[in-house]
Amino acid sequence: MEQFFQQLTNGLAVGGIYALIALGYTMVYGVMKLINFAHGDLFTLGAYLGLTLLTSMALTDRIGAFSGVLILAMMVMALTGLVGIILERAAYRPLRESPRLSAVVSALGASIFLQNTVMLIYGAKFHFYPQDILPKMAIPLFGMPVPLMRIIILLTSLVMMAALYLFIQKTQVGTAIRAAAIDQGAARLMGIDVDKVIMLVFLIGPALGGAAGLMVGLYYGHINFTMGWIYGMKAFTAAILGGIGNIPGAMVGGLVLGVIEALGAAYISIAWKDAIAFCVLILILMIRPTGLLGERVAEKV
Amino acid sequence: MKDKRLIYGILSGVAAVLLHLLLTVYAVDFETQTGIFALLCLSLILMEGHADYFRLGHTVGYGIFIALLITSPLFLNRYWVDVLNNVGLYALLGLSLNIILGNAGLFNMGHAAFYAVGSYTAAIVNTQYGIPVLWLIPAAGLTAGLFAAVVARPIIHLRGDYLLIVTIGFVEIIRIALVNNVFGITGGANGIFGIARPELFGHKIHRPHEFFYLIWFFVAVTAVLFYRLEQSRFGRALNFLREDEVAAQGSGIDTAHYKLMAFVLGATWAGMAGVLYSAKMTIISPESFSFWESVLVFLIVILGGSGSIPGAILGAFLIVGLPEIFRGFANARMLVFGAAMMLMMIFRTQGILPSRARRFQTD
Repeated sequence: MEQFFQQLTNGLAVGGIYALIALGYTMVYGVMKLINFAHGDLFTLGAYLGLTLLTSMALTDRIGAFSGVLILAMMVMALTGLVGIILERAAYRPLRESPRLSAVVSALGASIFLQNTVMLIYGAKFHFYPQDILPKMAIPLFGMPVPLMRIIILLTSLVMMAALYLFIQKTQVGTAIRAAAIDQGAARLMGIDVDKVIMLVFLIGPALGGAAGLMVGLYYGHINFTMGWIYGMKAFTAAILGGIGNIPGAMVGGLVLGVIEALGAAYISIAWKDAIAFCVLILILMIRPTGLLGERVAEKV
Repeated sequence: MKDKRLIYGILSGVAAVLLHLLLTVYAVDFETQTGIFALLCLSLILMEGHADYFRLGHTVGYGIFIALLITSPLFLNRYWVDVLNNVGLYALLGLSLNIILGNAGLFNMGHAAFYAVGSYTAAIVNTQYGIPVLWLIPAAGLTAGLFAAVVARPIIHLRGDYLLIVTIGFVEIIRIALVNNVFGITGGANGIFGIARPELFGHKIHRPHEFFYLIWFFVAVTAVLFYRLEQSRFGRALNFLREDEVAAQGSGIDTAHYKLMAFVLGATWAGMAGVLYSAKMTIISPESFSFWESVLVFLIVILGGSGSIPGAILGAFLIVGLPEIFRGFANARMLVFGAAMMLMMIFRTQGILPSRARRFQTD
């Protein structure tokens, strides 16, 4: 029971991270029908920017651990969001009208480019986050100790997701994003500036991804320039699991995937951990191709 | 007219080889020469138009290219011949993926899985039972094809990006299975070593120069066969399917069947290429069949020109050759490569040598 509970909370924390990254995939896919392969590398970038800012500015020493990390997260989100906007301008906007496949290849190119930029700046070794930023303590929950870090990660990701959900559902800008996702042409006719919407999507998605990168750095303590690939693939799996283009779907998919993976690694085999996620994906797509929360849409002829 | 063009093509090829020899004697820098010839061939082939002299240009371009390729082991050192061997293997993979991705329009980013199945089949049977590697080509191809039939059957109806992500999943699962030494026969993370050198007519093939002819012979056979296939009823059905699946279905094409056949055929070919890889390397490990390999083959098809046979071969030259040429950039070469991919898609979306629609002569 103890082990099950620990794995469950661990899976939820990791799942929260997956969900944050998955939101970036699913929003971009919803509006542009494009798999943004570079998204995983924006996540890596977030982790590295977080490390640089953390060590160079010593915010946590000056204004306390929690507010320091909070300000740090905001700076990381702003920077990765900015890179996301630049990426969209440079690699995707010129290909808006071209076949889907060209955009996919351009996205792969962007991914290779970003990954190697990170490698050239920081080097190919593992980098380590300082260990003493947030207090290492365990909080008793249902009589079992849970590391504080897990709770913070899960709560932060839930808060961010809730904020995003309210933003998308309740505000006018959010309505514009949903409209552009349904039909860009019609949205344009209704006076929605679709270019602005896409820019916004490329600001929010990478910002959330960057925040996830910072979380991974704080949670695991070590980062590497290639980690964006595997996190990106898992997060994309999560997005599909929940039904791609569907924002609550990405959240549910991320959490479900995180838990399945953690429990699978604990009870089946740690060596097959990465394979479990993909097996789940294949099964879901075979049984329910539109994902858990996706709606079945009739094919347009 | 056609015979005349052929003769011109052969003549220009011979002339190019002689010129090459002459320049080598006068010690013109080797890289410069290769660059000049490559640019010449490419510009001749790329010239578009209906007039006869354009077509003549194409023939001359291909003639020079083929002649230089055939004679290249005579000029090149071991290292560059080995690079050309890799180009040949990737060209085979590119041609086999071209059936699936280029002709049938199925986004398959898990081609390395089939390559791995073929390669491991050959390696296991060869090391366990001592059957010569080259004899295993049909068996390994069939195994890969059968594997594709089994795994592709339930997912073939998935469209576009969903298929892409599932095939990525497959290639990762295969790699993890190989690392975890599934069934205890794949040798785990170290892989399998000690695969016997191939033998042909009692002659053991081990030098890169010998492999060069073996591999490129297969590339040539494949190119000819796939060209015939493209013109056949099967090939036309695939093209129709790619252009408009609903219309194809409406015209009585069994889309699921044709998609599956394309998958199986492509996988079979990738499996056979895998045997050549095993034979060439004599040691294989799961890292050779990572997701990244699938991406490379995918890029070969797209950059060269989706659905085009010369495009796939050119793509292999670019993807395998360019990083070698960019060696001067040292660490930044992959960065340059990524940037080149983006620029390429922005400025020549359809690939370098796009497939030309069949033209029918009216005169």
